[in-house]
Amino acid sequence: MAQIIVDVMPKPEILDPQGKAVTGALARLGYHDMSVRQGKRFEIEVPGEVTEEHLAEVRLAAEQLLANTVIESFDVRVQH
Amino acid sequence: MTTRIGVVTFPGSLDDHDALRAVRLSGAEAVPLWHGSDALSDVDAVVLPGGFSYGDYLRCGAIARFSPVMTAVVRAAESGLPVLGICNGFQMLCESHLLPGAMIRNASRHFICTDQRLRVESSDTTWTCDFTAGEEITIVLKNGEGNYVADPETLHRLEDNNQVVFRYLGNPNGSANDIAGITNERGNVVGLMPHPEHNMEELTSPSLDGRRFFSSVINFLATLV
Repeated sequence: MAQIIVDVMPKPEILDPQGKAVTGALARLGYHDMSVRQGKRFEIEVPGEVTEEHLAEVRLAAEQLLANTVIESFDVRVQH
Repeated sequence: MTTRIGVVTFPGSLDDHDALRAVRLSGAEAVPLWHGSDALSDVDAVVLPGGFSYGDYLRCGAIARFSPVMTAVVRAAESGLPVLGICNGFQMLCESHLLPGAMIRNASRHFICTDQRLRVESSDTTWTCDFTAGEEITIVLKNGEGNYVADPETLHRLEDNNQVVFRYLGNPNGSANDIAGITNERGNVVGLMPHPEHNMEELTSPSLDGRRFFSSVINFLATLV
C-alpha cells in the first residue's frame, strides 16, 4: 500500500487561535520562543504504486473537501 | 395558500426543532427535511439550522455541504429559492460557496453565548425585507467558530454591493468588518451566526426580533403569487 500525505495549514494571514493556545501552553511549560501554527495531516492509502493520476486525484479531493482554500492551503506529497 | 418552509435536520443539528417551531409561530407550515434525501418536498423556502452537523468533523459545515439534501438546496438556491443559514447553517452556505468567505474560531478562543446587539444593514433580502436598514435588534448568539473571514477583495465586493446584512454592535468574535450576516448578489440566500429562531417568544427571549426574519420571507413569497 502506498501512502499519500496531504498537509493542510491555515493561510499565513489567517488568525490561528488553536496555534495561539498551544503556543501559550508551551510557554507555561517553559518552552519559550516556540511560535506554533496548527494544521491537519491526512494519510491517504492507494493501491499499488503512487502514480501521477493518484496525485492529481488527491489534489482535486483536497481542493474540494480536505481544505477550504478560502482560509487554508494544502500540500500533497508521497510518503516513502 | 400557506407558505411551506422546510427545515433540514442533519446528524448533529441542535436547533432544527426551534426553527420548525419558529416557522409555525410565524403562521407558515413547517416542513421537516432530511439530510439524506434530496427531496425538498415543494417547499417555498429552506432553513439550514444551527448545531454541530456531522460533529463539526473536518470543518464546520464541510461534511454537511456534500449531503444529498445540500445538492438540492444549492441547485434551488441558484434558481432563487429563499435559503436562511443560521450559525452552522451559515457555515454550510460558505462551504457550499453559496456565500463567500469562511468562519474560523472566535478570536477570544471562548465559546460565546449572549444576547447580541446587531445593526440591520440591508433590508434588500428575502429574509430581511420587514426590517429597516439601520435598525438595531437583539438576537441570541452562541458559537465557538463565528469569526468571519474573507480576502480583502471579497470584503470590498460585499460592502460595495450592499451584501452585508447584519453587523455586530461590539464585535464579539473578531469578524472582519464586524460582519454578523451576509447575502448573495441576488438577495435570496442569507447566512448569519446569531439565532433568530430563539427570539420568537417573550417567555424565553429578550426580544422578539427573530419573528421578522420569518415574516419577511412569508411576505416576500406572498408578493410573488
